[in-house]
Amino acid sequence: MVQSEIYDTLTEILREIFDDPTLRAVPEMSAKDVPEWDSFNHINIIVAAEQRFGVKFRTAEIEGLRNVGDFADLIAAKRQAA
Amino acid sequence: MIASTAPLSLYWLPPAGDFAGNIAEARQAAEDDEALLRRLVDLATRRLDFTQTLRLDRLLAASRDRLPERAPRLRLALVGNATLDHLAPGIRIGALRRGLLVETFVAPYGQWRQQILDPASALYEFKPEAIALLLDAHALLPDLPLAAAADEAAAAVEAVVNEVAQSWRAAQDRAQAAIIQLVPWLDEPPVLGHLEQKVPASRGALWTRLSAGLTEAAAGAGVTLLDLRAASRAVGTHQLSDPALWYHAKQSITPVAAPWIGDHVARVLGALRGLSKKVLVLDLDNTLWGGTIGDDGIDGIVLGQGSGPGEAYAGFQRYAKRLAERGILLAVSSKNEPAIVDAAFERHPEMVLRRGDFAAIEVGWGDKPQALQRIARDLELGLDSLVFVDDNPAERDLVRRTLPAVAVPELPDAPELYARCLADAGYYETVAFTGDDAKRAAQYAANRERRQLQTAATDIDSFLRDLRMTLAVGPFSPADVPRIAQLINKTNQFNLTTRRYTEAEVRAMMQDPTVLTLAARLSDRFGDNGLTTVVVGRRLSEGDEPAVEIDSWLMSCRILGRRVEHAMLTIIAERARAAGASRLIGRYRPTPRNAIVRNLYPELGFTRLDSDDDSGETAWGLPLAAAHLPPTDHLSIVHNG
Repeated sequence: MVQSEIYDTLTEILREIFDDPTLRAVPEMSAKDVPEWDSFNHINIIVAAEQRFGVKFRTAEIEGLRNVGDFADLIAAKRQAA
Repeated sequence: MIASTAPLSLYWLPPAGDFAGNIAEARQAAEDDEALLRRLVDLATRRLDFTQTLRLDRLLAASRDRLPERAPRLRLALVGNATLDHLAPGIRIGALRRGLLVETFVAPYGQWRQQILDPASALYEFKPEAIALLLDAHALLPDLPLAAAADEAAAAVEAVVNEVAQSWRAAQDRAQAAIIQLVPWLDEPPVLGHLEQKVPASRGALWTRLSAGLTEAAAGAGVTLLDLRAASRAVGTHQLSDPALWYHAKQSITPVAAPWIGDHVARVLGALRGLSKKVLVLDLDNTLWGGTIGDDGIDGIVLGQGSGPGEAYAGFQRYAKRLAERGILLAVSSKNEPAIVDAAFERHPEMVLRRGDFAAIEVGWGDKPQALQRIARDLELGLDSLVFVDDNPAERDLVRRTLPAVAVPELPDAPELYARCLADAGYYETVAFTGDDAKRAAQYAANRERRQLQTAATDIDSFLRDLRMTLAVGPFSPADVPRIAQLINKTNQFNLTTRRYTEAEVRAMMQDPTVLTLAARLSDRFGDNGLTTVVVGRRLSEGDEPAVEIDSWLMSCRILGRRVEHAMLTIIAERARAAGASRLIGRYRPTPRNAIVRNLYPELGFTRLDSDDDSGETAWGLPLAAAHLPPTDHLSIVHNG
């Protein structure tokens, strides 16, 4: 799966969770850019990504994320290792 | 990936299809409130994952003001020791699946004791009608050394059970709410392997003991138990709890499982509100046996010993028979020749179900939606009481399209999975099992005989006389409280005000000198119909004319058409007079289901007291001095106290 596909799937997840068809996943995006991106939805995004990409994140990985770019890199690394 | 018959996938519901498209269409649709509710319920009755559940929940929240006033509603508080916010959308959508609109309050994280014990807490400010208490091992398990003796472990567990039971009582006192105690699975790895349960102070043994203690205490306290330990066995606790999410976010249940947990909570809420299903309508060919009886003949169908599929069909029949034993009515809807079906039920040696097990049988060549409507009419139940089980996807689709109120499970393509599918779908959730439930099948079988007598009788008066009915009536007695609460909460049709009361509230009425309670049993020459009538009257002291207001009056649909209401009015009038009242006041509060009693009060001679308001509620009065009460000579009345 190439980077652009990961971003496309992340875009889908964000649009579903926030019910906002205008959202677009970009590397520098983070929780502060979306008003409803609270801890509750943060977990929902992570769990939806686990389901969609068929990966499992560790607590250390979850807590090291700064933005969508970090998340996409993590997903790419996990999928490569799989 | 979740397997196709894994409970977490809600596999008994039809696939979601173009869910995103349907959500977008629902947002655009300009339609009346009833159509909007139907559309939302239809979307909820699909196989939704957790993100789809969240999306539908947002749509529900945005539509809330536009939904019909008449739809049943319930205010639910979620209180517990872990993060619970992520469970609320699944509960709201699970309830919507049952036509129930739930508004939720989630108590702040970890504050269950404060919220329950402080009378001024946000919990009570919310005025919940139900409080769901989810306490897991992290909150409850006593901290004991592993070598602690059995009696020490028992005492520590008892202390915890007592503390929880005290919080139930506090919540019952402070909120007129039904308490639902969720007992979750233990998500802690054992230290003693298979020996864990044998060592009294191990976490595993303590949790088993504590769960048993809560179960027993709940029964005595009128608390409804939601046993997630039992439910979790069908899923597996590793699927339900994710340690990463517990340590990171204090979620003891993963969001992936939220739609499934939500459906379980909603089953119990639905049961409390009388929204559980009551009837199992079964197709025959390839549902109760393998093959087509019209082509293969009675001896050619696959049923019973000799083959795996044959035993699987017999196993499904046994499950249906057990459902009948607990009070679910069985019916048949089949496209076949009636004669061959009759013969099969009569003489196939491996048939578990027999004709007498069915409350209604529709065998013929007409379409199934019409057959289902006739079944509902014969049983005097709403279409929303029916579950329709058919192996044929085309029949299922037709019934879903034409009769959306009927539940139609997406049956797995294998008879060995039918029973499991029905159980996983949780259509028949109940909060009480009473003697009346156990006798229901026999009572409805007797009703079939009564219908035949009615056909034979030339007029209604002679039919009623020939029934030789006896109505035994008296104030509520303690032994009848579970049955009375059950009737109060599930009777929808002959129910003048549809006010729902918990067992605790029913007990409180019995102690209240201003409340007049009546429960009645009807028997006749075909058998005992059981406790089927409940009346609650309240003495009003204001004004110079003392009155009794009929707060609740409801009768089970199985005794309708017997003029029992005439006899009940006479009894209510006598008791009200004895209590010093000079008139009766009755109210009719309309719901989607109780139109049959809209004109009950005027028909019984009451006159209108007020004018129409927006809700359609009407008030009626009957002066007792001049009352011309209807004759009651068609039955004999026995007073118990």
